[in-house]
Amino acid sequence: MPALCRDCLVTLPAAAARCPACGRPRVLAHPELFALSIAHVDCDAFYASVEKRDAPDLRTRPVIVGGGRRGVVSAACYIARIHGVRSAMPMFQALRLCPDAAVIAPRHDRYAAVSRAIRARMEALTPAVEPLSLDEAFLDLTGTARLHGAPPAVLLARLVRDIEAEVGVTASVGLSHNKFLAKIASDLDKPRGFSVVGRAETEAFLRDRPVGVIWGVGAAAQAGLSAAGIHRISDLLRWDEAALVARFGAQGARLWRLARGIDARPVSADAPVKSISNETTFGEDIAAPELLGAHLWRLSEKVADRAKAHGLAGRVVTLKLKRADFRLLTRRSSLREPTQMADAIWRAADPLLAAEAPRAPFRLIGVGLSDLGPAGAADRTGDLLDAQHARRAAAERATDAIRARFGAGAILRGRALGPGDGAG
Amino acid sequence: MKISIERGPLSRAIGQAQSVVERRNTIPILANVLIEAEGDAVSFRATDLDIEVVDRVPAQVDQPGAVTVSAVLLHEIVRKLPEGALVQLSDDPTSGRLNVRAGRSSFQLATLPKEDFPVMASAEYGSNFTAPARDLRRLFDKSKFAISTEETRYYLNGVYLHVATGEDGPALRCVATDGHRLARVDAPLPEGAADMPGVIVPRKTVGELRKLLEDDEAEIAVSVSETKLRFATAEITLTSKVIDGTFPDYSRVIPTANTRRLEVDAAEFARAVDRVATVSSERSRAVKLVLEDDRLVLSVTAPDSGTAEEELAVAYADERLEIGFNAKYLLEIAGQVDRENAVFLFNAPGDPTLMREGGDPSAIYVVMPMRV
Repeated sequence: MPALCRDCLVTLPAAAARCPACGRPRVLAHPELFALSIAHVDCDAFYASVEKRDAPDLRTRPVIVGGGRRGVVSAACYIARIHGVRSAMPMFQALRLCPDAAVIAPRHDRYAAVSRAIRARMEALTPAVEPLSLDEAFLDLTGTARLHGAPPAVLLARLVRDIEAEVGVTASVGLSHNKFLAKIASDLDKPRGFSVVGRAETEAFLRDRPVGVIWGVGAAAQAGLSAAGIHRISDLLRWDEAALVARFGAQGARLWRLARGIDARPVSADAPVKSISNETTFGEDIAAPELLGAHLWRLSEKVADRAKAHGLAGRVVTLKLKRADFRLLTRRSSLREPTQMADAIWRAADPLLAAEAPRAPFRLIGVGLSDLGPAGAADRTGDLLDAQHARRAAAERATDAIRARFGAGAILRGRALGPGDGAG
Repeated sequence: MKISIERGPLSRAIGQAQSVVERRNTIPILANVLIEAEGDAVSFRATDLDIEVVDRVPAQVDQPGAVTVSAVLLHEIVRKLPEGALVQLSDDPTSGRLNVRAGRSSFQLATLPKEDFPVMASAEYGSNFTAPARDLRRLFDKSKFAISTEETRYYLNGVYLHVATGEDGPALRCVATDGHRLARVDAPLPEGAADMPGVIVPRKTVGELRKLLEDDEAEIAVSVSETKLRFATAEITLTSKVIDGTFPDYSRVIPTANTRRLEVDAAEFARAVDRVATVSSERSRAVKLVLEDDRLVLSVTAPDSGTAEEELAVAYADERLEIGFNAKYLLEIAGQVDRENAVFLFNAPGDPTLMREGGDPSAIYVVMPMRV
């Protein structure tokens, strides 16, 4: 069985407890290790890791990013997670679980800069990089082995090793034969993980997993599936395709394919994105305006991150709410100018939420950005009444000017060289 | 109630009423107009709970009374009647319908009890004065384009009407801004207005008010309190709540030290901006201005569709400047200039730019530049 040392990158003919070359234990072995080329790379507790990188005395402390006036956790480092802190948790609850945590307000410009540095490294390996957010991306490394003189698994191990050493954050890799499986795999062994799902084991790998691992199957869809007696992927396998389509529509066909590990979507660097949205279903219905507002803020940040990752900006902000009786409300607001900033998205969505407050409680909240265009047209006019806005715009203008002049890749890689880089 | 009324005045009164009523309201009575007949006049009253308009029209009243009926429906009917028609309105207490009769047409419309119609509580107006309609028209017409539609900053969703010290002494002043542009317009302070509290007049009120200001010679009675204001002509009384908020201190955003001066024919400038902006498919179309030695070069670069450039002879003697603007904003402020040349005062490419008409300081505009 082919194997690979994730520390010294030596390839081995067989699995070993420790690498014979460097003596370290992170030896990865899999029968199809050097035959797979679709990867999902996901940074570990990204925001918190960036904060720890920038302030080394935080390294051994629990760190929570988020809070401030809006009061929910945007990200928690692994130390905080040991105490039970999770994303989207109200800050007071997080601090009850982990009172000595350092709470840091998110610095999105910083995260975007670090993300660009990481992206530049990915793009040096293959043009087929499909960012999903600031902290995760799909890579298709098919056919790159000759160019780089090493199989994809080695390139990926080197990529995350270099990101850790030079950018200062850790990442986990899922390697498989399609995007669906690669994404599940990257989550299996976090942090600093590297998981492989081969073709031969695909069906066995999926069989006992809950249907919730399928992307897009959230709490509501799970409830629908559960009503049909479908809890695990193995339950899906008992249905034939026509029956699933009859019951769940187009989604049924997708479920049938994914349950078999079939996913033909290409990794596409410039897949046209029509809208960007994030939503969350609550464990129990929420009526408290502060808490709803807090979730809205966190979702606005996520949407903005994804817009930035895709280099897009949108002009229409949509708020989605699901009432306790499952009725869906959507409200939209058009902006004067396209944006990719969390603050602008939140400022557009929050009044929409306030207007719907009498219809609370809600079981789901979501926010979306649409009418998308290139980010070049975004946030270009300052605000006469908001000095803060003018400063942000000035900073962004400067960054853009440099990028436009020297090219995105070159300037970004240059920035990534030192931990004290001044980007963002 | 039984009245006869000419189509013309009826159409005007009901037209104003139907523009006040809220179309998407959930309270049925708010879609109705209250028609009250007494003496030799009929009044039409409509409200959306924020604005109330009462329009008195002379009519032949055969039987006094009052009724409420859908404003939009009655407006549609009256609109489709032939010009010059005499319209009879009479209510039928047994069926609860309003009969509308003109020539050979007749309609029976559903009504709602007049007792349910909300009449706006009257306020104590601490300040009462009269102002020429043309002054008020200029104040609001030149400032309303800058009203914000952003719901978060609700206090910008109107025109700030207040007393200020203008360049030529005390002034009645209107200011509107959406954060991208700002308009500040002054008129001579009417007698008795000096102690008027500053109020934010909602966008919709500004639109409705405009219909009272068509007559150049008219004098408008204005009453202002902290929470409401009222404008009245002989026929129409418009009462409106004001926006409950604090208008930001706009004086600090009006640049005072901009020294680079451009003078240009406003109409020619606007046409050139409009032409070059054609190639851009973006909605916030960015136009670049390059100024140097009495030359202005306007250009637009649209990556997908092409480029455009136009050169204008202008008066500009300061150092070379490159600055970008949203084409729409430039067209809007250039459109405010009607007599003299437009004078732009610039600072740096990232700083707010000031525009006024010739040397006239009674209307000034500030616009934020755009990154190009």
